[in-house]
Amino acid sequence: MNATIDVVVNGESRAVAPGQTLLDLLGTLGLDARTVVVEHNRHIVRRPALRDVTVAAGDAIELVHFVGGG
Amino acid sequence: MTTAVETIRDTPFTIGGRTFQSRLMVGTGKYRDHETMMHAIEASGAEIVTVAVRRVNLDRTNEESILHHLDPKRYFLLANTAGCYSADEAIRYARLAREAGFNDFVKLEVIGDQETLLPDAAGLLEAARTLVKEGFKVLAYTNEDLITALRLEEAGCAAVMPLASPIGSGLGLLNPFSVRTIKRRLTVPVVVDAGVGTASDACVTMEQGVDGILMNTAIAAARDPVGMAHAMRLGVEAGRTAFLAGRMPRREVAVPSSPLEGMLD
Repeated sequence: MNATIDVVVNGESRAVAPGQTLLDLLGTLGLDARTVVVEHNRHIVRRPALRDVTVAAGDAIELVHFVGGG
Repeated sequence: MTTAVETIRDTPFTIGGRTFQSRLMVGTGKYRDHETMMHAIEASGAEIVTVAVRRVNLDRTNEESILHHLDPKRYFLLANTAGCYSADEAIRYARLAREAGFNDFVKLEVIGDQETLLPDAAGLLEAARTLVKEGFKVLAYTNEDLITALRLEEAGCAAVMPLASPIGSGLGLLNPFSVRTIKRRLTVPVVVDAGVGTASDACVTMEQGVDGILMNTAIAAARDPVGMAHAMRLGVEAGRTAFLAGRMPRREVAVPSSPLEGMLD
């Protein structure tokens, strides 16, 4: 199956393979799950659950981390 | 020849059940590079270091999180909700920060105005109440207003953080009376956050009796951030020690320091 689905990651639309989990998505983006916090459709997904959540078309995903700040 | 000096004993600096040696907390924003930042933090002697929560930049692969530089075992990471303009937004950022897994402390900012970056007291109280219920140790960045500070304490905040002057302004302590009043009336620690510009500001602020100071720009935007970080450390220590030592009363007239007796005819 070649079709992709569109999800919104950090405010930008991205085409991803269907059936991907959030953990798969992090891998595709080259991100280490230990250093990123994932919000999926406004719900925080804890690290152990990243492999259990499959992304669907239209999902809004936020990937955040700590940066310099006061 | 050295003389033993009896140093003044201070009480421990404890916030939300955690005790720290340094009363100076520093931010990690606006440094020209990570190396300068790390040297400056080291020179400041700070143990509590603030960080912000932001989107990972997906266009730059392997973009470094600040945790590549800051060892979370060595420094106590205090996440902020900087840039949030509503209670809901600040709550969302705080939850994301806690999920990073270091601690349940948050430096709560709910900003009310873009030009001054002054806090929104109503939004701040609303967010503080929710976050305290969720088990957060809330350190609330607030105006130098006693009533707001009292309400934040009643809401269960672990510390109240009145500003010296607006964020990044470097104007120093504009309202010592209000900050002193807040310190006198609150039981939870009072940490002045924002506005300190140089070491004398830090010293004067600590002389008001507050428990600590949080600063970022004053160090990061100094010509020599490492040198300024060291100066700030000394300023905080000098101010704290002077407060504990108790200053002489102010007088409107001169009082001679030398004896009036024994003068020549």
